[in-house]
Amino acid sequence: MKANGTVFRYGDNVDTDVIIPARYLNSSDPAELATHCMEDIDQEFVKKVQKGDIIVADKNFGCGSSREHAPIAIKAAGVSCVIAETFARIFYRNAINIGLPIIECPEAVKGIEAGDQVEVDFDSGMIYNRTRSTQYKGQAFPEFMQKIIAAEGLINYINNKQ
Amino acid sequence: MGMTMTQKILAAAAGLDKVEAGQLIEANLDLVLGNDITSPVAIKEMDKMKVQGVFDRDKIALVPDHFVPNKDIKSAEHCKCVREFARKNEITNYFEVGEMGIEHALLPERGLTVAGDVIIGADSHTCTYGALGAFSTGVGSTDMAAGMATGKAWFKVPGAIRFNLTGRLPKWVSGKDVILHIIGMIGVDGALYKSMEFVGEGIASLSMDDRFTIANMAIEAGGKNGIFPVDEKAVSYMKEHSARPYKIYEADADAVYDQEYTVDLNTLRPTVAFPHLPENTHTIDEIREDIVIDQVVIGSCTNGRLEDLRTAAEVLKGRHVQKGMRCIVIPATQAIYMQAMEEGLLKIFIEAGAIVSTPTCGPCLGGYMGILAEGERCVSTTNRNFVGRMGHVTSEIYLASPAVAAASAVAGKIAGPEQL
Repeated sequence: MKANGTVFRYGDNVDTDVIIPARYLNSSDPAELATHCMEDIDQEFVKKVQKGDIIVADKNFGCGSSREHAPIAIKAAGVSCVIAETFARIFYRNAINIGLPIIECPEAVKGIEAGDQVEVDFDSGMIYNRTRSTQYKGQAFPEFMQKIIAAEGLINYINNKQ
Repeated sequence: MGMTMTQKILAAAAGLDKVEAGQLIEANLDLVLGNDITSPVAIKEMDKMKVQGVFDRDKIALVPDHFVPNKDIKSAEHCKCVREFARKNEITNYFEVGEMGIEHALLPERGLTVAGDVIIGADSHTCTYGALGAFSTGVGSTDMAAGMATGKAWFKVPGAIRFNLTGRLPKWVSGKDVILHIIGMIGVDGALYKSMEFVGEGIASLSMDDRFTIANMAIEAGGKNGIFPVDEKAVSYMKEHSARPYKIYEADADAVYDQEYTVDLNTLRPTVAFPHLPENTHTIDEIREDIVIDQVVIGSCTNGRLEDLRTAAEVLKGRHVQKGMRCIVIPATQAIYMQAMEEGLLKIFIEAGAIVSTPTCGPCLGGYMGILAEGERCVSTTNRNFVGRMGHVTSEIYLASPAVAAASAVAGKIAGPEQL
């Protein structure tokens, strides 16, 4: 499985309130949530994002609320992968559980700028910055998480087991 | 190598003699919680599952509290979805308006959380129940759905940070100041993926309400859970509120901690977290300039308990909220509301020019009941001061204790009770 796209670059502690503000949580429709994704930190995001694009951020991405609406909005906006130095733990779980691939890789984060073309190979954990011709080894998922991602989420994974 | 308190609870719930940090386990759940925002997403996920119905109708708690009483049509639809699910699955612990409260104040009060439990909740502040010696942690809606269907959840066993509390809190310093101090010290990701285990002789002097507040904000340091040893105070709280059996786990003497800190409660001062992160802390004495404010909120799962209201009333009694200031008091549950009424606290609030609301999370997450306009400032006893959390993206939230919030309402600017 691979991701390939243009990078949107953010800093430390991108919280779930800016990823999807609570004023929109009276909806749980992915398409509707996607139209407000990143609104309070980057109003240009929804105008510019293309299917396959990649979010790269510094530490503690997705901190704050447990709202699964945050990874749902990111995925529904077309983002194929989030790379960060670290993720907040509930966001990490939620992303895997809904089948949004995420990778922790501090080195890659340092070497990627907004607008770079980046490719991620989830099987090997390799991250290729095609713009700068650099490559990084990200943390590959444990087998059990790979199975959840491959099943496109925890629910399908559980269904498949039965 | 011994186990931490959290590791011992998780090992027992996974049916293992021993676990270590980093290990992936599957644990049996004692309670699965959801609210009006997260449950509808979980219910939709459950519909996709082959499993029919819930694993145990007594071990699920559904608490519409965020946008309740319904703030608009869409919220009403969400609540209806939760209500119908609860009815169809005969969920014992569904709390309708009139019996509800803010989930993390309500569940311990109703005796649904006790020591030794493993609890997941689709709300990040589920970590609150660590105050009673339970392992409890926030998850998302899909985990909630899987939990409701199977009664199980996967966990990566966390390492731990130990906080040794010594001494005793001075007057006007509370559990909120303890946890803000700690977050200021270690940062908003200082406990990322880890347990925050609070120990030491200083704990004895902390009330249960203080402990709930401290455990509640473990997530604001990135923690997986916050947990307290079970002492006489915790046992008597559980006996008063719950008929359920509890089980006390203690950390092994040779348990391994990634880091250790000592916090001398005697030296703590009222503490305020400035925008836009809970780690931006300043003691009240360090605030030199006048920070003029527009609104004060006293409530939430962090600080809407009886002791919080008593403290706020002690400050507001015989005083008046500054002209032009809005002071919103929100008792966290119906029982707290009733007790506050019987003690005359509500009268003090209203006479002081504050308003008193029915229990709701409302303003804390910018839902309703106190949204901030462009550039407005709020002192709030809630738990997050992120950009746009309570309203407009340019508004500012200063997190503080009920004592500081009440004093600030009177002063019209950030102030401690000693400054009035």
